[in-house]
Amino acid sequence: MCTGNCLDLQFSATASDASAGIAQLSACLKAQGLPAHKAGDVKIALAEAINNVVEHAYAGVTPAQVKVRCRLNQDWLEILISDTGNPLPGFRVPEGMPSALGSSRDELPEGGFGWFLIHELTSDIRYERSNGCNRLSLRFDFPDAE
Amino acid sequence: MSLTSKTTDSAQIITVHCDRIDAAMAIQFKEEMRQEAEGGAARVVLDLTRVEFIDSSGLGAIVAAMKQLGSDRRLDLAGLHPFVEKVFRLTRMDTVFKLYPTLGDALASAAD
Repeated sequence: MCTGNCLDLQFSATASDASAGIAQLSACLKAQGLPAHKAGDVKIALAEAINNVVEHAYAGVTPAQVKVRCRLNQDWLEILISDTGNPLPGFRVPEGMPSALGSSRDELPEGGFGWFLIHELTSDIRYERSNGCNRLSLRFDFPDAE
Repeated sequence: MSLTSKTTDSAQIITVHCDRIDAAMAIQFKEEMRQEAEGGAARVVLDLTRVEFIDSSGLGAIVAAMKQLGSDRRLDLAGLHPFVEKVFRLTRMDTVFKLYPTLGDALASAAD
């Protein structure tokens, strides 16, 4: 599972399996040499993307599997997340506008930060829908300068 | 997830005994916060020292916990790992909550 610099993991699209899967992927990536300063960014973007699959792609349909493939190179990481749930709205990556904080405590948002965080923390996002399958690719660049 | 609570002269301290607050435990966290905080002091300090990871669902659960305290009580956060603090900063929730590096800092500030 954690061989070379290619890492594959598959789990069922439930909140608890996703939580365990995210922790496992994150630990494997660290063991494979993901720079420590990037590990937190990768973990949160990965978690938000996978949570979206669990909560939205499989909303109203029988949850199936989430497949994750990571390719780690010297100065970049690509994570491909696939599922067979509903497509993203409009078949494209949602914009990354953060939720407004509102003007009072009661108006404070309790959600709507997922795509904003993914946009903030990744270098590139690609989405493709084909043959009933969603494929979301997240790329993280970490040039030596950092 | 488990929470424990104790009360000092000036605040109720609720400690999270879990390394993450994520989508899988957000609902449970919110419910346990309601139970622990009930009838406590006006100032509640949430000790996050053991929490190494939070996602947007966990963040939303902390916001919900703050709202359910009602308008006459406040929720401050202490012991944020750098990564947890980053999530608060990116979402600008650091402007909504008072964040303290350690529980000691949070309690010391009550004396000000």
